[in-house]
Order: sequence, then structure tokens, then C-alpha cells
Amino acid sequence: MLFYLLKRVGLAVVIVVVAVVLLYSMIHVVPGDPASVMLGPRATPEMKQEIYERMGLDRPFVVQVASFLGNVARGNLGMDFFSERPVAEIVFKQLDETLVLVLASISWAMLLGIPLGCYSAVFRNRFSDKLVGVFSIGVIAVPSFVVALYSLLFFAVTLKWLPAIGAGESGQFLDQVQHLILPAFAIGLGWVGYIARLVRASMLEVLNENHIRRARAFGLPETTIVFHYALKLAILPTVTLLGTGIGRLISSAVFAEIVFARPGIGKLIFDSVVSRNYPLVMGAVLVSTVLFVLSTTISDSINAMLDPRVRERL
Amino acid sequence: MNRIKEIFFRLRNEPMGIFGLVLVLLVVLCAVFAPFLVTHDPNALDIVNRLAGPSSDHWMGTDQLGRDVFSRVVMGSRIAVWVALVTVSLSLGIGLVLGMMAGYGPKWMDSGLLLLFDTLRSFPTIMFALALVTVFGPSLQTVIIVIVATTFPVYGRMVRTQTQALAGNEFIVAEEAMGAGMMRVLGVHILPNIVGPLFIVASMDIPVVITIEAGLSFLGVGVRPPTPSWGAILNDGYAYIRNTPWIIIFGGIPLIVTTLGFTFLGESMRDMFDPKLRKDL
Amino acid sequence: MTQPVLDISNLCVNYQTPKGKVQALRHIHLQVPPAKVVGLVGESGCGKSTLISAVIRLMAENAHVAEGKIQFMGLDLQAMSASELRGIRGRDISMVFQDPMTALNPVLTIGRQMVDIQYRDPLSGKKKRERAARMLERVGISDGLSRLDNYPHQFSGGMCQRITIAMALLVQPKLLIADEPTTALDATLEVQIIRLLKDLQTDFQCAILFISHHLNVIAELCDYVGVMYAGELVEKGTVRDIFHRPGHPYTRSLLECDPSVIEESTRFLPTIPGDIPSLIDLPEGCIFQDRCEKVMSVCRKTPPPAVHLAEHHTAACHFLEE
Repeated sequence: MLFYLLKRVGLAVVIVVVAVVLLYSMIHVVPGDPASVMLGPRATPEMKQEIYERMGLDRPFVVQVASFLGNVARGNLGMDFFSERPVAEIVFKQLDETLVLVLASISWAMLLGIPLGCYSAVFRNRFSDKLVGVFSIGVIAVPSFVVALYSLLFFAVTLKWLPAIGAGESGQFLDQVQHLILPAFAIGLGWVGYIARLVRASMLEVLNENHIRRARAFGLPETTIVFHYALKLAILPTVTLLGTGIGRLISSAVFAEIVFARPGIGKLIFDSVVSRNYPLVMGAVLVSTVLFVLSTTISDSINAMLDPRVRERL
Repeated sequence: MNRIKEIFFRLRNEPMGIFGLVLVLLVVLCAVFAPFLVTHDPNALDIVNRLAGPSSDHWMGTDQLGRDVFSRVVMGSRIAVWVALVTVSLSLGIGLVLGMMAGYGPKWMDSGLLLLFDTLRSFPTIMFALALVTVFGPSLQTVIIVIVATTFPVYGRMVRTQTQALAGNEFIVAEEAMGAGMMRVLGVHILPNIVGPLFIVASMDIPVVITIEAGLSFLGVGVRPPTPSWGAILNDGYAYIRNTPWIIIFGGIPLIVTTLGFTFLGESMRDMFDPKLRKDL
Repeated sequence: MTQPVLDISNLCVNYQTPKGKVQALRHIHLQVPPAKVVGLVGESGCGKSTLISAVIRLMAENAHVAEGKIQFMGLDLQAMSASELRGIRGRDISMVFQDPMTALNPVLTIGRQMVDIQYRDPLSGKKKRERAARMLERVGISDGLSRLDNYPHQFSGGMCQRITIAMALLVQPKLLIADEPTTALDATLEVQIIRLLKDLQTDFQCAILFISHHLNVIAELCDYVGVMYAGELVEKGTVRDIFHRPGHPYTRSLLECDPSVIEESTRFLPTIPGDIPSLIDLPEGCIFQDRCEKVMSVCRKTPPPAVHLAEHHTAACHFLEE
């Protein structure tokens, strides 16, 4: 088990390091040097020189990358030019908001998607199963930002049931929840479909297994069989999906945050792209990449731990 | 030809597939015949009639510059179809070449390429896109680069796995023993065997690709104005959502139609030809 | 005669397949008397498994009972509602399956699974665990109470089969159905499991319907034997009758082909020539005609009647009428 974890974490670290190098070279090697882009056309050579030295761009590229990696390892993502605050501090403050949104989205998607998938599997090939199937594919296909725009239009602007923009007053729980509903709905809707389809497929496979036949032969109630005996096995692939899906989740969070004008890492990246704030872009993309790699690693490990057969072998 | 006949014949029993096919044909025909379908010049300004509601002259109303939304939506289908065609074929090409190199080449090449695939896949697409936009500036080319860079690793990995599985087959080992060159083995034996499933996966990526383009254009970092992209139309509408909701409504419908059409069609094709393929994605 | 535990009369089961209707079972008559062991023997695909699936009504979706009656303790199993049937499964009838390694849920401890099947009994969880542990020890797994917390993969195949037997008997059934319980095990384990079953059967006094394609296993364990061929029960009788005075040519061939009864040394294992007929296009006349050495013209035309050879002993063959 320990060996497996070490190997998995090792791979994750390698991927993150390669990603950092890739990102760094992309931003610093391509045409249009950051300093002039940042300062605009009226920059004097002295100002450029100052930026260069502050960013360490006068050193050889390899040294730059190495020192950047070293800083990242120590949790130092550089300084934001405009506000003069550490990038890490800004990014992590926004990260909380995004995590709350992502967690809320995935939670309601699971709460609805898992029972839908089970229902579909138990009543397979009936009309209601086909209906769930078409619904699932439909909500997967529709872009989440269109869902966000439409729900903003209908529920907030036209019907005025829910607040349109922002994340709510801090400290006022109910207000924050109300602000969370629409964005979480927009992000989670597609996931209901994903999860339902996946649970249905793996549920069907499990329900055909020998031990389920034996459980039936012992007359166990169907609910016990489906929810205790089969679901525990059928849920394993879903956990993997959630891990690898974090990337897509963060991507849709970017849209939801922009459409609903919520603070968060997506909004942060977008704003800093628009204002060409390189250190912030770097820092935020880096943190979300690490988050993504981390969640894949964790979900793989959870998957390994949930299955006693795999757990033993590790 | 027989193959195509067979596809259509089997599609008859798949109502979902027919529905998808109809929607896809609608969008493709719209893109092909766009210049004949528009009622106005999609970029012609009409300041007097700005933000006008739907009328007999402007079927979907006008935007903040008085441009005809219907004409822009129709022309927008060209951008969507064009981006989908270009990016998917580029990704397929790169994925095929790199995947076969990884699967058939030496071990170090395999490890190196795998690391490249996994790293590129580890960036959340939109974040990666935004980072690239900072570098290259917003343009249609940037959008294409972003999409290709994030989709080809998926094909690459798939091709690699299939190539490795095939390369171990007896008939290929026998060919090699008889002195067949690498190009012959890859071109004659491996390529035809992996193209089928790859095309199905690629066809299912089309709605994803169209969504990314529209998304980036919606954020204002995709195609440049005044090019009429569906995402750009939505962006225009977002600014005026409180007073003129029709821009958002009409801008979103073609996106939904297109993604639904391609997804339904792709799903039925996959169920028909390769039911085991990528059920998890 | 006392009422049989299981009474199958004139059972016919069909499968609906894309190629046509497969007549998997045709006119089966079989009784299992109380506290007796009845063996069913036949090649793979002869319908043994379909028969037991029909008895516990856990058939594939494309299968249905076309004709006949299955009675358990005088109750018509076909007429029962799903919930009535569930009341019988796992209390009056329990089962041991073919592959012990897949018959247990891999992600639940065996304790959990053994407690769950006692869900009808008004006992505390602790009592149920103790009962389960005692049963484990009874089937030869020492330190039962602590083994309850183990997962199935922590046991060997033979152990798993002992566990499934323990589970099957834990509910004290009137009828135990064993579907080739030793096929997946090697020969020494097979002997152990059969001895265990025999032992437990004497203790618990339940009736057993035992399926196998190993004749020696049948001979050791069973009181009565039924021989199945291509969906028909071609011969049935006491173990003594079947093994010493086989009537049907198919039974004789089976006995000749069984390695354990071959006495003289030979370089080739004898086999029965020919293939099982298609169950979609059934031949006219006797089902065994194409592989029978003694085939006559009548065999090609009329199906053979069941000939009564002794008490409990019948076989379906024209050849026996003379």
C-alpha cells in the first residue's frame, strides 16, 4: 500500500514539475516580452529594466526555471505587481470560494445522479430507463455556460427568485447559500448525467455477477441487494471519474464565476488575463493544475482503498 | 459505399440517432449555405435600431450595435463547424503519429511521450487556454492551438494502447520476422485497425470542441470581433441581459442544437459499432 | 409415499434467442423426497443449470417456463408472487453455487454477509454473529468469530466453498440446491467438500438436489440419480440401479467414459462420438439417435416412451421394451 502511494505521488510530482516548466517557458520564451506587454507602449527602458530585474528575467533561462521551481516548492509563487501582495496569498484566498462552489455542485449531482443510475439499472430497458438515458446524454451535451446564462436569465433576472450576482454577504449563511444555488445548478447539471450513466453501466455489470445471484437466491430484499451489495462495487468507477473530472469541474467553475460575478480562482485568472498580470496568471493556473493532479491521485488512492482486493495487493 | 449504406440502414432503428443526424445536417447545411440564408449583412451596423426586439425585419432582434442577430447566428455556424473540422483533424493527425511512435518505438520514447500526454491533460482546459491567451493574444489561431493541445493527448494515449496491443499479435510478429519494415507494419496492419474506434471518439469530441470555442469567445478571448461566433453573440447578450434577453436566448439555442445533435449521433454510432468504447467519458 | 420436498412435473423451458426458440428443457419429471440426496448428471449444456434456475425462479430474462409445474412442499412455485417466493428463498430453499470465488460479495466481510441472510430471524446482531461463527467452525473453519471480519479474497477457493455451504445451511433449509459445487475445485478438495456435505446432510436432515458432471461424486453422495441429455431426463433411478444396471445407452456411455470407472489401462480416454443436437431444430424421434450405437429405424421416427425398469428406475429408450 505504502509503495503504491509513493509511486502514485511520485508520478504526480513529476507531472506537476513538467507542467510548471512548460508553463514557465510558454510565458517567458514566446515573442512579446512580459515587461513591455505589462507596462504598455509608453514604458521607458529604465522601467523595463527594473521589471526585468525584479522578475529575474535577466538571468539565463535554465536558472530562471530552476529558481522558480525552488520558490514554488517553498510555497512562494512570486509577487503581484499591482497590489504588491504575495501571489500565493491572493490565489489561496480565492481558492476557498471555488472549492465551495465545486463541492456544492458535485454533491447535488451525486445525490441525484447515483439514485437515477441505480433506478435506471434496476428497471433497465423500460421506458423510464430510456428516458433517463436521453436526459443524461442531453444534460452532458449542453455547455455549462449556456445553462448558467439561461438560469441567470430565467431564475434571477425574469423570475427574481434568486440573487443574480456575487457570493453573498460574508457571515450571512442563508444569503451565501442563496447565491450558491444557481451557479452550483449550472455546473452540476451535466454531472448528474455523467454520474447516472456511469452508475447505471457499472451497476448493470455488478448485478449480473455471481454473488448478486447468490444474494437473490437467499431471498435478500431487493433494496439491500441494490444499495448495500451492488452499489458499493458499482460506485468504484464513479470515484475515479470524479477525480479525473475535477479539471472539467474547474473549467466550468470559471464560467459560472464569471457569469454570476462570483469571486473565485476562475474569476481571478480571467481578470488577471485581461489585465496581463503574469505572476497572478502563472500562480493561479499552477495552483489549479496542482489541484487537478492532486485530486486524480487522491481518487486513484481512494479507489484502491475502497476495494479490499486491491488494498491487499498493494 | 456499402459501409455507408449499412450505417444508414442500421440508423433507422435508432430514433435518437436519427434525431441527432437531423440536427447535425441542419447545422452543417446552415454553415454551407449561410450566405444565402442571412437576411442582413451580419456585421452591418444600424445604430438607430440597436437592441430592438424580434420583428418581421429582424427575426431575432438586433444587438447593441444594431446588427441583425439572426444573420449573426447563421454565420456563426460557419465558425463552429470550421473550428470543429480543423481542430479535430489536426488532433487526430498528431495523436495518431505520436501515439504510434509511443506504442511502436523504443521504451524511452514511450515514457517521454506518455509524460507529455499526461502533463498536457493535467491542465484544466479553460485555465490552459487563458494562460495561452495571455501569451499569444486572443485570436482564432489561439483557440485552435488550445483545443488541439488539450485533445490530441487523449487520442495519443488511445492509439498507443491499441498499437501496443496489436504489435504483440502473432501476425505482426510474423510479418516482422519476414523482414517487413516499420512503415509497412504501421501503415498496413496497425493503422487500419485503430482508425475505426478513433473516428468514433473523435466524432464524439466535436460537441466538446465547439463548446470550448464558444466558451472562449464568450469570455472575449476567442475569435475577434466583429466575427460572428455564437460565443461572441452570447457575450454581447450577457451585457444587456436585463433589458434584452432575446440575444442570450437566440444565441444559446444554436449551441444547444449543435451539441445535442453531435452527441446523440455520436452516441448511437458508438452503440452500433463499438459498445465497449469509452463508456466512462 | 410421503410428500416429496420438490416435485417437478412435465417441466418445459424455452429460451427466446435471435436465432429462434431454444427448447432447453423438455418434459422433465423429477421428485426430491425429504432428507434424500438427488443427483443430476449430464454434459455441459444439457439443461442442468436451467433446471435449477427454473426451480428458484432466477432465470435469464429471455427464458420462460412453457409448460409444467414445480411444487415445493405442495406449493406451486410458478404461481407464487415475487414476495412470496422471496420468503421461501433463503429460508426453505438455499443454494450453493458453482464458483465459490465469485459467489461471495468481494467488498463485504463474510460476517456481514452471513448476518444479512438471517435478516428474518428476530435475534440480536451479536447472536447472529455467534451463530454464523459456530456454523463456520462446523464446516471446518477454525476460529470462526475472528474470521467473520475477513473478506472473501482472504480465503482459498476450498474455504470459500465451505463458507457458502455454511451460509446455505445456516438458514436450516428443507431443500439445498448445489450447482456443481466442486467443479471449480481440485480433486482432493472435491473429496473433502463432498464428505462435508454428506456429513452435514446427515446432521441437518435436509433434502439436497445436487448437480454435477462427475459420476464418482454422484455415486458417493446421492441416493437417487437423474441423467440428463440435451434437455431431457433420459434415465432416473437409485444410485445402485444407475451404476449397476444402467438402462439408457447414454448412461452406459457416460459410465464407460468416466475415468474413475475405467478398469483396464488404455492409452485413449473413451469418448462418446458425435455432437449434442441443436435445441432449436429438434430431431424427430429419440434425442440421442445420432450418437447411439444401437440406433434403429424406430428411433428416427417416434420419441421413446419412459420404460419402467424397477421401483424408482425408469429410462426412455425403444431398445428397453423388448
